[in-house]
Amino acid sequence: MSTLSDRPDDAVVGLSLPHESAALHVSGHALYTDDLVHRTPHVLHAHPVCSPHPHARVTRLDPSPALAVDGVVRVLTAADVPGTNDAGVKHDEPLFPEIVMFVGHAVCWVLGETLEAARLGAEAVEVDYEPLPAVVALTEAIEAESFQGGRPVVVRGDVEQGLASAAHVFSGVTEMAGQEHFYLETHASLALVDEGGQVFVQSSTQHPTETQEIVAHVLGLDSHHVTVQCLRMGGGFGGKEMQPHGFAAVAALGAVLTGRPVRLRLSRTHDMTMTGKRHGFHAQWRVGFDDDARLTALEATLTSDGGWSLDLSEPVLARALCHVDNAYWIPHVRLHGRVAHTHKTSQTAFRGFGGPQGMLVIEDVLGRCAPLLGIDPVELRRRNFYVEGQATPYGQPVRHPERVAAAWEQVLASGDVARRRSEIAAFNAAHEHTKRALAVTPVKFGISFNFTAFNQAGALVHVYKDGSVLINHGGTEMGQGLHTKMMQVAATSLGVPLSRVRVAPTRTDKVPNTSATAASSSADLNGGAVKNACEQILSRLREVDAGRDLPWEELVREAYFSRVQLWAAGFYRTEGIHWDSTVMRGHPFKYFAYGVAAAEVEVDGFTGAHRTRRVDIVHDVGDSLSPLVDIGQVEGGFVQGVGWLTLEDLRWDESSGPGRGRLTTQAASTYKLPSIGELPDELNVALLEHAHDDGVVYGSKAVGEPPLMLAFAVREALREAAAAFGQEGTSVELASPATPEAVFWACERARHGASDHVVEGLPGAVPDQPDPAAPALHPRSERAAQAAGEA
Amino acid sequence: MRAPGTPARAEGRTVPEPQITVNGQSRPLAGVPAHTNALDFVRGLGLTGAKEGCAEGECGACAVLVARPDGDGSRWTPVNACLVPALALDGQEVVTAEGLGGPGDLHPVQAGLAEAGGSQCGYCTPGFVCSMAAEYYRPARPPGPDGFDVHAIGGNLCRCTGYRPIRDAACALGAPPAADPFAERQGRPAPGPAQTRVDGFARPADLADALALLAAHPDAAVVAGSTDWGVEANLRGRRAAHVVAVDRLPELRGLTTDADVIEIGAALTLSEVEAALGDDVPLLAQVWPQFASRLIRNSATIGGNLATASPIGDLAPALLALDARLVLASADGDREVALADFFTGYRETVLRPAELVRAVRVPTPLAAHATFRKIAKRRFDDISSVAVAVALDVVDGAVVRARIGLGGVAATPVRARATEAVLEGRTWDLDTVEAASAVLAQEGTPIDDQRASAAYRSAMLGNALRAWWHEEEVP
Repeated sequence: MSTLSDRPDDAVVGLSLPHESAALHVSGHALYTDDLVHRTPHVLHAHPVCSPHPHARVTRLDPSPALAVDGVVRVLTAADVPGTNDAGVKHDEPLFPEIVMFVGHAVCWVLGETLEAARLGAEAVEVDYEPLPAVVALTEAIEAESFQGGRPVVVRGDVEQGLASAAHVFSGVTEMAGQEHFYLETHASLALVDEGGQVFVQSSTQHPTETQEIVAHVLGLDSHHVTVQCLRMGGGFGGKEMQPHGFAAVAALGAVLTGRPVRLRLSRTHDMTMTGKRHGFHAQWRVGFDDDARLTALEATLTSDGGWSLDLSEPVLARALCHVDNAYWIPHVRLHGRVAHTHKTSQTAFRGFGGPQGMLVIEDVLGRCAPLLGIDPVELRRRNFYVEGQATPYGQPVRHPERVAAAWEQVLASGDVARRRSEIAAFNAAHEHTKRALAVTPVKFGISFNFTAFNQAGALVHVYKDGSVLINHGGTEMGQGLHTKMMQVAATSLGVPLSRVRVAPTRTDKVPNTSATAASSSADLNGGAVKNACEQILSRLREVDAGRDLPWEELVREAYFSRVQLWAAGFYRTEGIHWDSTVMRGHPFKYFAYGVAAAEVEVDGFTGAHRTRRVDIVHDVGDSLSPLVDIGQVEGGFVQGVGWLTLEDLRWDESSGPGRGRLTTQAASTYKLPSIGELPDELNVALLEHAHDDGVVYGSKAVGEPPLMLAFAVREALREAAAAFGQEGTSVELASPATPEAVFWACERARHGASDHVVEGLPGAVPDQPDPAAPALHPRSERAAQAAGEA
Repeated sequence: MRAPGTPARAEGRTVPEPQITVNGQSRPLAGVPAHTNALDFVRGLGLTGAKEGCAEGECGACAVLVARPDGDGSRWTPVNACLVPALALDGQEVVTAEGLGGPGDLHPVQAGLAEAGGSQCGYCTPGFVCSMAAEYYRPARPPGPDGFDVHAIGGNLCRCTGYRPIRDAACALGAPPAADPFAERQGRPAPGPAQTRVDGFARPADLADALALLAAHPDAAVVAGSTDWGVEANLRGRRAAHVVAVDRLPELRGLTTDADVIEIGAALTLSEVEAALGDDVPLLAQVWPQFASRLIRNSATIGGNLATASPIGDLAPALLALDARLVLASADGDREVALADFFTGYRETVLRPAELVRAVRVPTPLAAHATFRKIAKRRFDDISSVAVAVALDVVDGAVVRARIGLGGVAATPVRARATEAVLEGRTWDLDTVEAASAVLAQEGTPIDDQRASAAYRSAMLGNALRAWWHEEEVP
């Protein structure tokens, strides 16, 4: 048993506390990057010149008309870049492109005394394009074999034999749309040049270190010349993991070239048209079940829509493949993944990072096959849960699988599921045009970065002479309550009241070489580092104290006068994990987070309009560090997942008309997020009890991403409600997102008994087979690590 | 909690310099261009609470409170600051989240939201605070869980919390304490409209003044609530040489009920019309909760909603079904046109240059049976894929008169005249509903777009009467 997870009596962790900035939030005093503009004199404003074409060569770019616009100061082009003209780490994202790759791609940036001047300047820039053929739809890319990056394969057992020996074989296709992050705060950077040519960039970024690296390589500077600070973000959700770098680099370049502070803040339209989103996926599958409806084999080819550059598509794909099993034991498996190259925004990290897409495949398979097997979907799912001793298709033993079963039973009991399902049956029998359904779905989600090197963190903890404590750590605050948890960890470790602890904004000159605040791991990693720093300080203080049990302030004062170091740099790395992406095997996750949701919906058969009447959730956060924060993450993740699956509808113009490649839902008026009306009438969330997790800071578990997938319960309930419009045993294909229109068509197909969306028997619809000549997966980070090793 | 101050009016001037009282302090508007919205203006003062989230009135992150007239007193009314030209608030009192309370002296709404875990990233939070505070101060709001109308915060988007703690915090609010300065402020009249005349922006004193101005500047942008103009200015960079604000013209703000007509002033906001009519026009009472958000309805005017001639506006179908007529005013006098004749093409109307919508006339008695059916992706605060409004007079089981207005299925709002013809004279029964539905499904010229497919739109037309038949008995 690790001491890392030991929790003392009277711990500050475990207390339900509001967000550490709550008072600043509600009073409007919390500062975000763009709030600094009015405190910064002489600031210039940046505005992009965006491509109207999805794919085109820039044949002429004349900025001179812009310079004639009143208030325009400078136009930034490729010729201005002193370092590397690239905004990524794989050298496939030119900051100022010669070939534009999507509608909205910025060819240059205009700096003005006001945003209005910069905007008018951008309108004046003359650009000629030679249009090139563009691939827009994911299915077009598959047809054209337009792929990028590695094509990994996860194999266990003999899938052909598993299918051949199955009592029932079904095959089909599952498609799911992407999702816009729609953090309320759009991308923002404010750059200025300090004395000595040092560049200081304030950025709304989840990954300050990488922002720093990109700014440095664009400017041709070493990292120690560039400092990136993130005060806080108005939401990130993965959208600020890779995407901020180029914008920060443009602002920094402008600041270096003009000697004035430069502010770059995207309008919502620019943010939606220029930045990456959740990957849409296309999956072909064949599945086998035995006579008891137990899964025997699954073969699937998953193709993600990567957009124009590789970005994080490879690790997203890897995580998708590692989550197709969700909570289910499947003896024979072959999963094959590809990243499509399309002329769209560069799709990127988004809460769940491929996990949701992978898991949706198996949930869709089970939801469609249950009626064909003649089995209640609740029973089908429960029957296939992992049990102790079983391992995932990529070879990692599933630890604590009994927690899924425990959460399942708890939800069935607390949600009064059996009684309500019989009430629903009676309701449906009595109502021809309105149907209800209640579905239950599980979540198993792997925690840790698949790429081992990222599972490290640093912290810097200062104890001042008056006994007050200041923490710096490598994680960023985007609303998830990380800073709140880190204060609780520090207060617990040092044994001081919470009021003695503050967290300073995240800065690369305080804690270097940090990993992205991502993969739900930041409390695990940074918590480990903060605790480590605190323990170093504490062990020195114990020597000073020498058993006298001095009050904290007195002890600190005495330590100072005894010339004892009162600060420490902490470090943490996750032990016991390893991963080989070339063969897609290993033990990539420290542990799994579990959850179960039961959702009841009502569907109007005339319109497909639907609402969620009640949701019951039991979720495993280990021994919670901060219950109010964790419940907030569960609820917020769930509703965001409901948005992805039932409402948020990214539409791209796939026609051959002049708007081809354009995002047609590029504003809040056309892209709808859940509003308070989507909140279920009743939402009950409980944290799984007796869930202490060994080996994680104070016995807690990560919570950022896993709850998003609890929303599957709503989607499956919609499917079952649609099925209720047809004969008993109707299998329903439900488009994703299940908008009212999609649900309406599902109801219509159910009424007409169409079940041609599933092919029964062998060979069925055979998924595209892996290409032996295709490249293995080498995510960017692994290549970087390899390059560093070679250097 | 801080007290809202009173405006520091320049003494001894006949026309004060343009200014806004923000959180009790007078802030000059000198030099502010007509296209600068109130959000950018207050942020330029160093106030950071109001945020830009979408710049088109969809997210509410920019919400601020404005003291608006309410009977003899005033009401703290939340609006989207991103849509309002700053100059349009000349002479008005504005309170932002900072003005309600600071980190050390939180307002009860702020404290409740903070303690409940109602903020995560915090970016949307000040906007929620303003919308919640307005509902907190709603006169006669019963305290307690059922007293808080959660639709009051329907125009505020949060991407982090999932809303449950926000709903709980809102529903837990008690009544404002005695001597609450914001509640007290509501007992006194709101500032009247300032007469603003600056370069590029004018707020005339009365209708004659406005019409004269428009005659002199026929290219002027006429704004009332600016919920449409604000979007054009923010997202599409539209600028006008002259902006004329008509939202406070007294001649456009009456609501009268005569024996045979209800006349609604064009510059009444939708919230004002909603409050004034109550249940007097049941069809409109069905529309309001489905029409945008409270934040938008607090600004958008009934005349503006029609004059902008959107094919997907929700009011036009309802008013078409009500056989509404419009009074158009110009220097030459008034003329009256049927709403059915008002729209001439996509965003085009019979309005002549220098002519205004002065009032909407709804003839009475109203049809006895009416329904409004809106089909959209999101349940509330979304733009219609299809809107269908139906008004029927049924005598002895037979339809004697049918009016059906449609939105979202043509370049303009349209009447479903073929369907009306099928209905009139027939017994209101399932056979009639089916016969009429088959015709209704063919009305209009629906298209495929990002909101819905043409096939779905047609299906929704076809199902509108069926759904009504099955849901509600028409005697």
